[in-house]
Amino acid sequence: MFAKSLSLSLMLSELRVMFTRRRTWAMLAAIALIPILLAVAVALTSDQLAPGEGPPFLDRVTQNGLFTGFTATLLALPLFLPLTMAVVAGDTIAGEASLGTLRYLLIAPVGRLRLLVVKYLGTIVFALAGTFTLMLAGGIIGAILFPIGPVTLLSGDQISLAESIGRMALVAVYTAISMSGLLAIGLFVSTLTTVPVGAMAATVVLAGVSQILDNLPQLSWLHEWLFTHYWLSFADLLRQPIELGSFASNSLLQLGYIAVFGALAYSRFTTKDILS
Amino acid sequence: MPQSLELAIKTSSLTKQFGSQKAVSSIDLSVPKGSVFGFLGPNGSGKTTTIRMILGLAAASKGEIELLGHPIPKELEHALPKVGALVEGPAFYPYMSGRNNLIRIDSADRNSTASTRKKRVDAALERVGLTNAAKKKVHAYSLGMKQRLGLANALLKPREILILDEPTNGLDPQGTREVRNLIRSLAAEGITIFVSSHLLSEIEQLCSHLAVMTAGKIVAQGSLAELRNESQTRLVLKADRIDELVDLLKTQGLTKLSLKPDRVVVPVPSDFDVASLNQLLVKKKFMVSEIRLEQPSLEEYFVNLTGEGFEVVR
Repeated sequence: MFAKSLSLSLMLSELRVMFTRRRTWAMLAAIALIPILLAVAVALTSDQLAPGEGPPFLDRVTQNGLFTGFTATLLALPLFLPLTMAVVAGDTIAGEASLGTLRYLLIAPVGRLRLLVVKYLGTIVFALAGTFTLMLAGGIIGAILFPIGPVTLLSGDQISLAESIGRMALVAVYTAISMSGLLAIGLFVSTLTTVPVGAMAATVVLAGVSQILDNLPQLSWLHEWLFTHYWLSFADLLRQPIELGSFASNSLLQLGYIAVFGALAYSRFTTKDILS
Repeated sequence: MPQSLELAIKTSSLTKQFGSQKAVSSIDLSVPKGSVFGFLGPNGSGKTTTIRMILGLAAASKGEIELLGHPIPKELEHALPKVGALVEGPAFYPYMSGRNNLIRIDSADRNSTASTRKKRVDAALERVGLTNAAKKKVHAYSLGMKQRLGLANALLKPREILILDEPTNGLDPQGTREVRNLIRSLAAEGITIFVSSHLLSEIEQLCSHLAVMTAGKIVAQGSLAELRNESQTRLVLKADRIDELVDLLKTQGLTKLSLKPDRVVVPVPSDFDVASLNQLLVKKKFMVSEIRLEQPSLEEYFVNLTGEGFEVVR
C-alpha cells in the first residue's frame, strides 16, 4: 500500500527530470572541482606548507592523497555544499509552480502528500550524489597527485586502503545526512512561494544564520539544537576505534528537523491554493 | 436517477473570495453529461478561478462542487483520473522533449498503467499532430505547438470529461480550426467537453450549451436554443407616413415601439405573423419598403450581457 502510493515510477520520473537538467550536472561538476582545485593548489605549493598550517587535514593531503576528499568536504561544508542543496530544495515546489507544471501534476492527479514525499526523496538523492562526487573526485585527484596507501587516522592508528575507502563512503553518507535537515527546511520554504530563486536564497541564508549562531558562545545552550551543529563532526569517523556518537546525535537532530519542517511543508502545501 | 448523476459538473453557490474581492460570486453551473459546454466571459471574469476550484487546485470559499458525481475536494482523487484538462495555458519542462514531458505527467498519475504509457503517449501525440516534433525539446516549440501538447496531455487516457481553458489561445486560424475539429470529434465519441473562451465566435459553432460569466457572476446559462429564445425578437418596419403607421401599430397592440429616423423597431413574440401585418399595411395604402423579423445574434446578446470594450470591470 505504502509502496504503491509512493510509486516507483514517479520517483524515477522525478530523478529523470532532475538529472535531465543541465543545472544539476553543472552543480555536481562544481562540487567535483573543489577537491581538484584544492589538490592542485597543495601540489604546487607543498614545499612551502608548514605542518598544521591552513585548514585541518590540509598538511596530510601531501602524505596521503585519500585525505583530499575529507579536506574538500571540510572546505565545502560552510557555504558551497549548502548552496547547492538550497538550489535543489528551494526549487522543489516553487520551481514546478513557476513553470506551471505543478497544476498539471496535481490534476494528473499526483496527490499533494505523495508529490511532497517524492520531491524530498529526490533532494536526498541529490545530496548523496553531491557528497559522493566530492569524495570520489577527491580520491581520484589525490591518487593522481599524491602517494596513497594505508591512512594514518587522527588518532594515530593506521587503517588499510580498503578500510579507508569505507571511511570515505561513511563520511559521504554522514555529510548527506547533515544536509537532510536543511533540505527539509528548503522544501518547506519552497511551498511558501512561486519564485524559486527566493526560496533558494532564503534557505541558504538560514544555513548561514545557523552557523553564525553556532559560533556565538553566548548561545551555547542553543548550539546542540542547530542543524549545522554536527556538520564538521564527521572527523569523529576518522578515529580508531570509530567514534559513532556524533553520527547518532546528528542523525537524530536531522530527523527532528525533517519531522518539524516536513510537517510544516505538509500543512502548508496541502491547503495551498495553486494559482500559478 | 438523481439529477446530479446526469450532470458532469454541478456547482451550487460556488464562491471564491480573495481578500475583500469576490472573484467568483455564488455561481450555479449545471453541465449536462455529453454536452459541449461553452463557458464564456471576458478576461478577468472569473472563468479560470472557477475551473481551478472544479479541479481542486484552489479551495472554494463557499458552496459545493460535484465533478462526475464526486464531491470536490473530498473525492478529488477519484474524479481526476477521468478528467483531462488544460488550465490557463500549457506548461511544460522546457529542457525536456515533448514526449518526455507527457511521460513525466503520466508517471505522476498513480492510476495510469506504466506498461501502456509509451503507446498512449504516442497515440496522444499523433492525435494532435505532434508526432514529428515529439523528440524536440519544448523550449523550441511555438506557442501553438505547446497548446497542442497541452491537449495531448489531456488525451493521455480515455476521459469522461475534458475541461479546456481557452484551448485556442495563441493558435493561428488554421490551428484554431484544427482544435475545433478535434473537439468535435471528441464530442462525437460522447465525451463531455467544458470549454472556456472570451470569444463567442471561437466556440459558438461547437457548443450545445453555454454559460456567460461576467464580473464573477453567471448572467445566462442554458442550451443554445434556450438562450436564443431568451433574446427578444424584433420587428423592423420601413414605410411612409410614419405618424399614421405608429397609430396603426398601436391598434394592433404593438405599443412599445421605438422610432428610428427611417424605421420603426418593435419587440414582438417570436411567432409574430408578419405576413398578416404586411397585408393590413398594404390595404391601408402604406408604401412599405421593408418589413422583417430580426433575431439579435448571440454575439449581440453576449455583448449586452457583459458590456463592451477594454475597460476592466473591476
